[in-house]
Amino acid sequence: MLNYIWFGMLVFGIIVGILNGRVDAVTQAIVDSSKNAIELSIGLLGIMCLWTGLMSVAEKSGVIRTISRTVRPVLKFLFPGIPKDHPASGAIVMNLVANFLGLGNAATPLGLKAMGELQKLNKNKDTATNEMSMFLVLNTACIQFIPATVIAVRSAAGSKNPTEIIGTIWVATICASIAGIITVKSLSVFRRGKVR
Amino acid sequence: MDIVSKLSSYAIPTIFLFILAAGMSKEVKVYDVFVEGAKDGISTVIRIIPPLVGLMVAIGVFRASGALDLIVFAVKPVTSLLKIPSETVPMVFLRPISGSASLALLSDLFKNYGPDSFIGRLASTLMGSTETIFYTLTIYFGSVGIKNIRFTLVAALVADLVSVIAAVWICTVVFGG
Repeated sequence: MLNYIWFGMLVFGIIVGILNGRVDAVTQAIVDSSKNAIELSIGLLGIMCLWTGLMSVAEKSGVIRTISRTVRPVLKFLFPGIPKDHPASGAIVMNLVANFLGLGNAATPLGLKAMGELQKLNKNKDTATNEMSMFLVLNTACIQFIPATVIAVRSAAGSKNPTEIIGTIWVATICASIAGIITVKSLSVFRRGKVR
Repeated sequence: MDIVSKLSSYAIPTIFLFILAAGMSKEVKVYDVFVEGAKDGISTVIRIIPPLVGLMVAIGVFRASGALDLIVFAVKPVTSLLKIPSETVPMVFLRPISGSASLALLSDLFKNYGPDSFIGRLASTLMGSTETIFYTLTIYFGSVGIKNIRFTLVAALVADLVSVIAAVWICTVVFGG
């Protein structure tokens, strides 16, 4: 999909630029933007290193495991189709906690493991179960404790207070997660008879 | 809404304390592990440089040519209904599609309006409050060979829409429109 978007933006942009008589501005933008991309990347380096470093301390200290144990009860409500003590629930919680802490690298393998375990519980192998939908919607709504990338870009851009958006991001993601949970729950009740 | 900004300023120091204490209590060599882990930060940033160059050039051309103004003008009737500032509309559409494209866009918005402007703060909130839906669904469902994803995309898009509306609302309340 990105192939079409990238192509479309460049071609449409250049044609509009020519029609607008802004060819010089377009040329300037091409040169400047590539330079800006590198400046941004360098600006990101500091916070990204700090954050991945701190997070690997968290990983080694068993923080994921500790949080996972505390939030387990919530799982029963969200994923009623998973039998007690099935390995799927462990992988799901660990993935969600890793996402919550912003541990992208740790989250993806755990998420793929969770999908594999959910697939074992699936009777109809090419159709998604309610549990899979719930898991993925929670993943895309992704509540993050510290949105490190946004903070890094803000600080690279010279913000006076790069972290001031943490609170608003929490509010927005919590709303999104609740909306996602309600939508999955109501649609799975509605169609359970048909698909399962 | 003072509490939201209080939470924002306490979040990072708190997590430092918490993680370092957890590390010490488990006798983790915190500094060594930190330095080793920080290397990952470098490779993460290096990995995003090529897509960032490509996408920032595309966004730069799109803006300089006046094409962006056309789009923003075209969607104005819908966005003013939802009270979304039209400058952040491209963010709303790109965020679910591509992480690096929205990162490029975020940086572009900061350059033009400043990270501490209302648009900058709202764009930051939009950026932080959703994931790239299409990518995640493709990877996760693809890994186990699911073809019929049923209502998953619909639910993910509902959550995304709610996060946009919530972001506009909370930013207006906290930072003032």
